[in-house]
Amino acid sequence: MEADSRLVLPLAALFTAFFVAPLVVLLLLSLHGDIAMQGWTLGNYVKFFSDPFSYSILLDTLLLGVKATLVCLLFGYPVAWLCARAGARWQSVLVFLVILPILTSVVVRTFSWIVILGRQGLLNQVVMGLGLGNEPLRLLYTEVGVVMVLAQVQMPLMVLPILTVLSKLDPNLGDASRVLGAGEWRTFFRITLPLSLPGIIAGCILTYAASITAFVTQTLIGGARLIYMPLNIYQQAVGANNWPFAAALSIIFMITVMIVVGVLGAIGRRSEIHGRT
Amino acid sequence: MAGLRRIRWDALSLKLVFGVLAAIALLFLVLPTAVVLLTSLTSSQSLRFPPPGLSLRWYVALLDADQMQRAGLNSLIVAFWTTLLSAVCGTAAALAIARSRSPLMRAADLLFMSPLLLPALSFGFAALIFINRLGLSPSIPILVLGHAIVCVPFVLRTTLASLSQLDASLLEASESLGADRLTTFRRITLPLIGPGIGAGAFLAFMASFDNVPVSLFLADERTEMLPIHLWQQIETNLDVRTAAASGAIVIATLILMLLAERFAGLTRRMH
Repeated sequence: MEADSRLVLPLAALFTAFFVAPLVVLLLLSLHGDIAMQGWTLGNYVKFFSDPFSYSILLDTLLLGVKATLVCLLFGYPVAWLCARAGARWQSVLVFLVILPILTSVVVRTFSWIVILGRQGLLNQVVMGLGLGNEPLRLLYTEVGVVMVLAQVQMPLMVLPILTVLSKLDPNLGDASRVLGAGEWRTFFRITLPLSLPGIIAGCILTYAASITAFVTQTLIGGARLIYMPLNIYQQAVGANNWPFAAALSIIFMITVMIVVGVLGAIGRRSEIHGRT
Repeated sequence: MAGLRRIRWDALSLKLVFGVLAAIALLFLVLPTAVVLLTSLTSSQSLRFPPPGLSLRWYVALLDADQMQRAGLNSLIVAFWTTLLSAVCGTAAALAIARSRSPLMRAADLLFMSPLLLPALSFGFAALIFINRLGLSPSIPILVLGHAIVCVPFVLRTTLASLSQLDASLLEASESLGADRLTTFRRITLPLIGPGIGAGAFLAFMASFDNVPVSLFLADERTEMLPIHLWQQIETNLDVRTAAASGAIVIATLILMLLAERFAGLTRRMH
């Protein structure tokens, strides 16, 4: 081994001892009936896939991620577009505002959303004050509320990769399209959007993975009745004290996340190849 | 004329739609921070928004909140050691990965970045089972190791990015002038990638200080962490001291972000 390559060893050791080894133990425990780990069984997995309630939680979680990611994209793309067009100074200010939520403590942020979304919260005061509704909107402890907060919390993960791609885009392409008579919208849908696809997919991967695993936001905004995978794992592990089943849930959830990330990543690589030719 | 007008309307409508969507998004991005700050300054007993009057009384009340202070101190200690461990191991690994093209290093890179995408809660639970089987009980060093796993990706990413912008001819020049590898690293490489490491270390610190999913499994009563303590406060008795603690965290975050921007060019490194 070269001298340089050896520099990887401390981190490799840390990851082997405290990341790979725990995950191996997690996998092994999921294949046993009890914590003593005697006798192999697939019972925990059979239990998951034969119980409609269990896998409907997984489907709800995957769907929640899709909703949050789409809302994030709808609002995040214009923010990235605005950042890319702003001058250097304004760009710094805008990016600062964009990364503010991700650096603010997630518990603090969620606490603030409870104040905003509550029955007598800020949002309902505005809605009622403007006469847009007669009754307070129910947002806290609903999926709409969870999607809203997830979209806000994960916004930076969507905006930053898109901004990276947009700021590298050759402005001549847009000019050429306009000179040839295409309108702004046509130029956007035929030139800018396809070329920014790698950034969009990178953003979607990050937002999606973060949204479905966002335990704090899901639990505090969703309450105890909206159960998603992270809360399910926590309840089985700590509440029901059923470690082997919680381990199986963790493995299933991890593999699902890996499959989704892998598929989106493969699409992303293809779009990059198309973008280059 | 009609054609020209159509073109203008076309350009205007695109700017309008994008502008309105971006404006809504920016409002929602800033709103929670503003709400926390204002709520924490309330003079009343309740969390009503907007506050009926402003006062610092809840910040003063924090001075007596012993349990919260202990949790805050624990969080700071863990975040400090996590940042140090992540920065040292992460920078060393980044140097190895950046200079290598071997598939083994690609695989290592993928492994080190994976905690960013995998459910942290599953890892926290796995770590609990692991230390349980080893017969260990939760402690600060174990929390640091667990946090380091989920915080290393931040250092790795920003350091790799600044290494990729490092001009190799500078290193060659230094070596041809007789400097040994250590001197070249200390005098050339480190000063140039320093801001990248700094930005990554800042992100790692914030991620550790903020971590819930790993602490949830690896902390106990003796090693209670601030986010977990605040969470329990929010779930049980939503009092205004929680808002004041939140306000204090937001103010500290803003100050740290401005410092990170000034000394490490934080916003440039995020995209």
